[in-house]
Amino acid sequence: MTEAHPGEWQRKDLLGIRDLSRREIEIILETAESFREVAERPIKKVPTLRGKTTVNLFFEASTRTSSSFEIAEKRMSADAINFSTSSSSLSKGESLLDTTRTLESMAPDVLVIRHNHPMVPHALAKRIASRVINAGDGAHEHPTQALLDALTIVQKKGSIEGLRVAIVGDIEHSRVVRSNVLLLRALGADVTVAGPRTLMPDEAESLGADVQYRMESAIEGADVIMMLRIQLERQGRTRLPSNDEYFQLFGLTRERVALAKDDVIIMHPGPLNRGVEIASDVADGGSSVILEQVTNGLAVRMAVLFLLCGVPAS
Amino acid sequence: MSAVVGLEVKSVLLDSDRMRRAIRRMAGEVVERNSGGRDVVLVGVVTRGVPLAEALAREIEQMEGHSPPLGQLDITLYRDDLSTIAPQPVVKASHVPGSIEDKILVLCDDVLFTGRTVRAALDALMDYGRPRAVELAVLVDRGHRELPIQADFVGERVRTRSSEVVRVAFEQTDGEEIVELLGVPAGGGSDT
Repeated sequence: MTEAHPGEWQRKDLLGIRDLSRREIEIILETAESFREVAERPIKKVPTLRGKTTVNLFFEASTRTSSSFEIAEKRMSADAINFSTSSSSLSKGESLLDTTRTLESMAPDVLVIRHNHPMVPHALAKRIASRVINAGDGAHEHPTQALLDALTIVQKKGSIEGLRVAIVGDIEHSRVVRSNVLLLRALGADVTVAGPRTLMPDEAESLGADVQYRMESAIEGADVIMMLRIQLERQGRTRLPSNDEYFQLFGLTRERVALAKDDVIIMHPGPLNRGVEIASDVADGGSSVILEQVTNGLAVRMAVLFLLCGVPAS
Repeated sequence: MSAVVGLEVKSVLLDSDRMRRAIRRMAGEVVERNSGGRDVVLVGVVTRGVPLAEALAREIEQMEGHSPPLGQLDITLYRDDLSTIAPQPVVKASHVPGSIEDKILVLCDDVLFTGRTVRAALDALMDYGRPRAVELAVLVDRGHRELPIQADFVGERVRTRSSEVVRVAFEQTDGEEIVELLGVPAGGGSDT
């Protein structure tokens, strides 16, 4: 990567990887790399966003993404306010637009939003002056997850160009897949997705990924294996015969890891279903970078907040 | 700061030889003031404070036989003008070696102008711990302070107009060693 130049970042919102150029992705990753150091200081806080307000609006349950955003915001000295479905008028039948107007009257500088319908963040970004970050919209995109995954890969492998990446699991319901395939392809990786036919969307190939229905074919010779969570609470019961059978066919075991390159890294966006999509000894083994992903999530979110807040709000 | 659009070189303030002599003298002052410099940590402000800190460390090593630890500080996150400055700054990683408790930190920067960078750097440093003292070394002090800040070690004091630009170049960052005064071409007259 070449070094970023001042003024290259012009974007007010981060809605999806699809909108980003390769250069913009690289700027976020370079900036995030610089932010990693803040977490190692005695005082893990910088005054950059002092006086700025961020609203984290989560219409879908989330612990790790919402707390990662909240910590990132607090480390940048922003005042962070959280709204989630369980604890606010979001569960009292208020319409999305009314909720948004209410929030906008509070004039936050940044709105972080997760919603179970695709494109809701995009619609909001058009209507309100605040900077908008998509923290997951339905099965559409989850850009900060793909960015933190990329940052982790770059740290471990030096570069993404030419790597073989296998993504295994519930491809259809995963926003993580969509954002990751777009990003990894943009940075020059070969991406293979694998999963049961019942969890493979028709348009999988149109994303630019090779599609496999046997896990072994996908992970053979891979540099990176990204396991997806089987969303037991969503569709698990109807599309899958049983957790055991899923583990037999698509669970990541030590034997299967041996098919990949010796220096393969194992990733998972969390939370883990041990014994369903990944064996415990693999999740905790030496090739696993799952906890680094969490650490990098903070750095990426700080970098995104920094870049967006450096651009005047509309 | 290199390649400043629309400005022309008005004078050379320090050539390569004078730059080295100035840095050698500053290194001597750092050592003298801090009793040999055993507790000194040199911290360069990104970008051109870093090669200045490195040059001072080399000189101190020649004089005293030990090289002080080096650090670097990117003050972008501590600026008071994030959303008003264009273009967007690029953030580089900061690095402060070891614990700074009870150390004497010598903050190094190429040019002292308004003092706002130093103000931000002081805030940043305090987040790494509580040094015994912080001193300031700059290659050029060009006046026009907007805050009550002064340098302890100065390579060259220069009278400038606020519209002018002092360009400092180091071998590591710019491929040459020179300090120049740049100004608006013609009609601008000579230095005040």
